Amino acid sequence: MAMVAVKKDTSEKVYKSRSMGAETWRRLKKNKGAIIGLIFFILLIAVTIFSSFYFNYDKDIIGQNISQRLQGPSAQHLLGTDQVGRDILYRILYGAKYSLTISCGAVGLGLIIGVILGSIAGFHGGFIDDLIMRITDVLYAVPNIMVAVIIVSLFGASTLTLLIALCVYAATNFARITRASVMTIRGEEYVESAYSIGLPTWKIIIKHILPNCLSPIIVQITLLIGTTIISASSLSFLGIGVPAPAPEWGAMLSEGREYMRTNAYMCVFPGLAIMFTVLALNLLGDGLRDAIDPKLKR
Amino acid sequence: MIKYILKRILQMIPAILITSLLIFVGMNLTSGDVARTILGDRASEEQLQAKRVELGLDKPIIVQYFNYMAKLCTGDLGKSYINGKDVFTEFQSRFPNTLELAFTAILFASIISIPLGIYTAMHQNTWQDTTGMVAALFGVSMPNFWLGLLLILLFSVKLGWLPSGGKSGITSIILPAITVGLGQAAMIARTTRSSMLDVVRQDYIRTARAKGCPEHKVIYKHALGNAMIPIITAVGLQLSNILTGSVLAETVFSWPGIGRWIFDNISKRDTPMVTGGIIMCAIVMCIVNLLVDLVYAFFDPRIKAQYVKKG
Repeated sequence: MAMVAVKKDTSEKVYKSRSMGAETWRRLKKNKGAIIGLIFFILLIAVTIFSSFYFNYDKDIIGQNISQRLQGPSAQHLLGTDQVGRDILYRILYGAKYSLTISCGAVGLGLIIGVILGSIAGFHGGFIDDLIMRITDVLYAVPNIMVAVIIVSLFGASTLTLLIALCVYAATNFARITRASVMTIRGEEYVESAYSIGLPTWKIIIKHILPNCLSPIIVQITLLIGTTIISASSLSFLGIGVPAPAPEWGAMLSEGREYMRTNAYMCVFPGLAIMFTVLALNLLGDGLRDAIDPKLKR
Repeated sequence: MIKYILKRILQMIPAILITSLLIFVGMNLTSGDVARTILGDRASEEQLQAKRVELGLDKPIIVQYFNYMAKLCTGDLGKSYINGKDVFTEFQSRFPNTLELAFTAILFASIISIPLGIYTAMHQNTWQDTTGMVAALFGVSMPNFWLGLLLILLFSVKLGWLPSGGKSGITSIILPAITVGLGQAAMIARTTRSSMLDVVRQDYIRTARAKGCPEHKVIYKHALGNAMIPIITAVGLQLSNILTGSVLAETVFSWPGIGRWIFDNISKRDTPMVTGGIIMCAIVMCIVNLLVDLVYAFFDPRIKAQYVKKG
């Protein structure tokens, strides 16, 4: 029998195991829509930071310049000026700050409250679960804009009431998601073993259960920031959100409404800003959902 | 069946109790001195006290709430603090407008969204699918009050075809209905598409195709029937959202509906009007949810069998 030199196959690939985050990112990168959404969102954050330093709030943003009032888009004022001569482009760029901080703040607050309530309800079950879920049901059943309108109108418009009003919808969403995930996970063996070595309940929830329901929560955060931006601008449009003369996009639309017949651009540009921001977040949210759980991909 | 409906009606009670308690306490805590609001700054302390006694405001809040609910059980929603009008009559005069807007909007939304959803699902991953879903994504991302402004700008200001607001004649409902309906259409289209995609991957669809069933029959008879439940849920959810949450469209188009009426009364701190209005809205929403559940039975014999067994 001829002897064949066995050569070691050097072309053998070494398969590295990827973490969940790396795997999600690999899939997300393939989704063009999600990447466009992500880039837009990062740019928006950059604009928010940049405009806070670049513009002088009293002069550029709320400073009146009657001689320049109601001028259409031109080289000097790319998106035109409003009824007291303020540059609409500057106001829209600066206004990103309000939409982003209010919506991120409200969703963040909703996340904390919702996750706590959802974990308690899902982990304990029984009466506490019933009570928490009945209240969430009621709040979930009423349209989010109506809940927000009622809370802000009752307690007066301030940053805090606005945050509370807008966080209710987010909190009910997060409570439902967390509860459902906790209920499926709490029976797992690793939770039982954590119990058997004597870990306190709160530690089990934080260390062993919550990391396992992160995926749906991350997707929901992205989508809810978008919804909350629309709700916040709706409240401002109704006149109970961020008070004038702050350049909140919804408030700008409300002001522009009076000049709709003569200066239509005042009603167009702030709306475009809202729409593209929410669109970017929805693209990113949809992409994240597909990337985190490809089974859901349609 | 009747037993099931009765059970569902009884289940509404806790939801209505929680809603009414939250809103009643909220309104009372933030209304300030109602007697002074009604009588003005010149009223004497005696007059104010007499008014408080007349309205029952001198009693503790929990007693006030029980008195209110006791009256509610007899069908009395109370009278406005500001103008003395009967709450139920006021509600009744506006509710048909809201109903009209909601049904026109949901009809418009369903007519465009369900076929769109089916079409995009049947042509998955083609340019038609991508275009349809990008359009739907735009629809979801657009604030509806802004869409309303754009429609007014185009159809009322520029073209002069349709009225820009108010309720006068059949043409006045077109723009508000499109404004409210378009966002809802986008959501329903997305749900229809994903529900159809779920169903067309099932074995029985393959069987239907294998036995030579024509494609349109496969879609409309075998697939759509089974994909209907999530679609009905989406339509029902959107309908109840419009019935109580179209304050923005009503504001943009000066539509005399419930949303704007409640909003105005909250600003005036008219507790009976607001509490009564919101309780009525809660009841309407529960009824819509019940109707949606009953429609399920119409489409799905399995659900119907469950109801009949229960009933």
